[in-house]
Amino acid sequence: MRPLEITSLTKTFYTPTGPQTVVRDFNTKIQPGEIVALLGHSGCGKSTVLSIIAGLQDATAGGVVIDGREIDGPGLERAMVFQSPSLLPSLTALDNVLLAVDQAHPKNRRKQNRERAQKYLRLVGIEEYGSQRPAELSQGTQQRVAIARAFAMEPRFLLLDEPFGALDSITRCELQDLLVDLCAAKPRTVILVTHDVDEALLLSDRIILMTDGPEARVGREIDVALPRPRSRTAVMDTPAYFAMRNEILEFLESHSKQFQH
Amino acid sequence: MMNSLRNFALSLVGITLVIGLWAMASAFWSADLPSPMKTWEESKLYIMQPLEKRGEMDQGIGLLAAYSLVRVAKGFLLGILFGAPLGLLLGASQLLSKMFDPVIQVLRPISPLAWLPLGLVLFRQSEPAALFTIAICSMWPTVINTMHGVRAIPQDYINVAKVLRLSPWKRFTKVLLPSTLPYMFTGFRLSLGIAWLVIVASEMLTGTPGVGGFLWQEYNSLIYSHILLCILTIGVVGFTLDRMMAFVENKLRTA
Repeated sequence: MRPLEITSLTKTFYTPTGPQTVVRDFNTKIQPGEIVALLGHSGCGKSTVLSIIAGLQDATAGGVVIDGREIDGPGLERAMVFQSPSLLPSLTALDNVLLAVDQAHPKNRRKQNRERAQKYLRLVGIEEYGSQRPAELSQGTQQRVAIARAFAMEPRFLLLDEPFGALDSITRCELQDLLVDLCAAKPRTVILVTHDVDEALLLSDRIILMTDGPEARVGREIDVALPRPRSRTAVMDTPAYFAMRNEILEFLESHSKQFQH
Repeated sequence: MMNSLRNFALSLVGITLVIGLWAMASAFWSADLPSPMKTWEESKLYIMQPLEKRGEMDQGIGLLAAYSLVRVAKGFLLGILFGAPLGLLLGASQLLSKMFDPVIQVLRPISPLAWLPLGLVLFRQSEPAALFTIAICSMWPTVINTMHGVRAIPQDYINVAKVLRLSPWKRFTKVLLPSTLPYMFTGFRLSLGIAWLVIVASEMLTGTPGVGGFLWQEYNSLIYSHILLCILTIGVVGFTLDRMMAFVENKLRTA
């Protein structure tokens, strides 16, 4: 399988106060099975990049190429977890997952897809809430359903847009550990957008640090050479972890200063 | 519990005060205005035997109200049958909404009294003309609320529909309809209120049996107490309808 290529990606928004180029000349390749974190300050355009990869927005210039073909819209080989759970309110948790599974695998038997949806609810630890509607579930549980929905599609690419940003810190840790487990169980290509340094270090193989917007680009890339399987406590005990953490924080710090001046 | 009892007592006081004013007005101001007592005496027959049919117009108030309600139900259903899909279309399409917004804004404030003669010209019979009038007057809140409902669908759900590549039909049944339904129902409630307002005018002009028709006939027969009977009936029925719709609406919102 060939890498996902992002070439000269540029996005300009035409606002009433004039054109605003959020991202300019963003380049990277993402290898199959790689977990990549896009890290940067809020508003630096990292979510815009992800949303273009998802096909929800068009690039102004450049583009995203999968298997030698430029994408021109959303595709079922790319599943997305949004910052808010974004579950359809009229469907139960299970039906939300099932809808996605049915879309991704329309040729499967109904029963087979149903079992798969149930399996993924079990994997995210909320099998017993399958028959409840989103409004009856806590924010954390809803986000678990959203994660189950994306993973159950068994897509080639998982796009995670600050998936834990809206959660309290305890729930966030729980779901980060869950994501570590899910990715360890079955290697997948994951692109994670985050502004949480520890989250990026815990989850990813490579961190792409973005410079501050406007006109954000790839500032630095860091290979996270920490052994897998990872656990939060084991990772934090390694000297390499702190070296990388400091490097990232320094980068973010210096760029936020640049931004202020 | 205490509070609802107190509220009930207060509303009784309010009603008593208004009846008192009415009695004073009939005693001191207008001799033609029947007093509350006289109204009750002359209306007793219609209220105590609400389902009695003595002649085409001379019927119990329950029957008359039922005729009107059936007519309103037909016209209202006709109105929302056109109004809800129209609202969905206008909400979904910028182009259509820009095209038809001025038309709607002009048609909306037209009184039922103006539509009815046009209905008579078009359909040549009073019953279809009445239904046409009710439908065309009452559909606008449904159109407008449905339209706003479609526009208010959270971007999150639209993104999910895109990412999951839902077919147009699934977008409609799984995203659009469930998110729009509460708005639609607000529209239905307002539409029903208008439909009930229109019924009186349309029955008066067409002389068909119903609360409005009866009201106009009794005015022409100089039995003024029955005008008051009809007015009160119209109010009570309208109030009940509104409460019922509000109940359903609340159920939908919390569901």
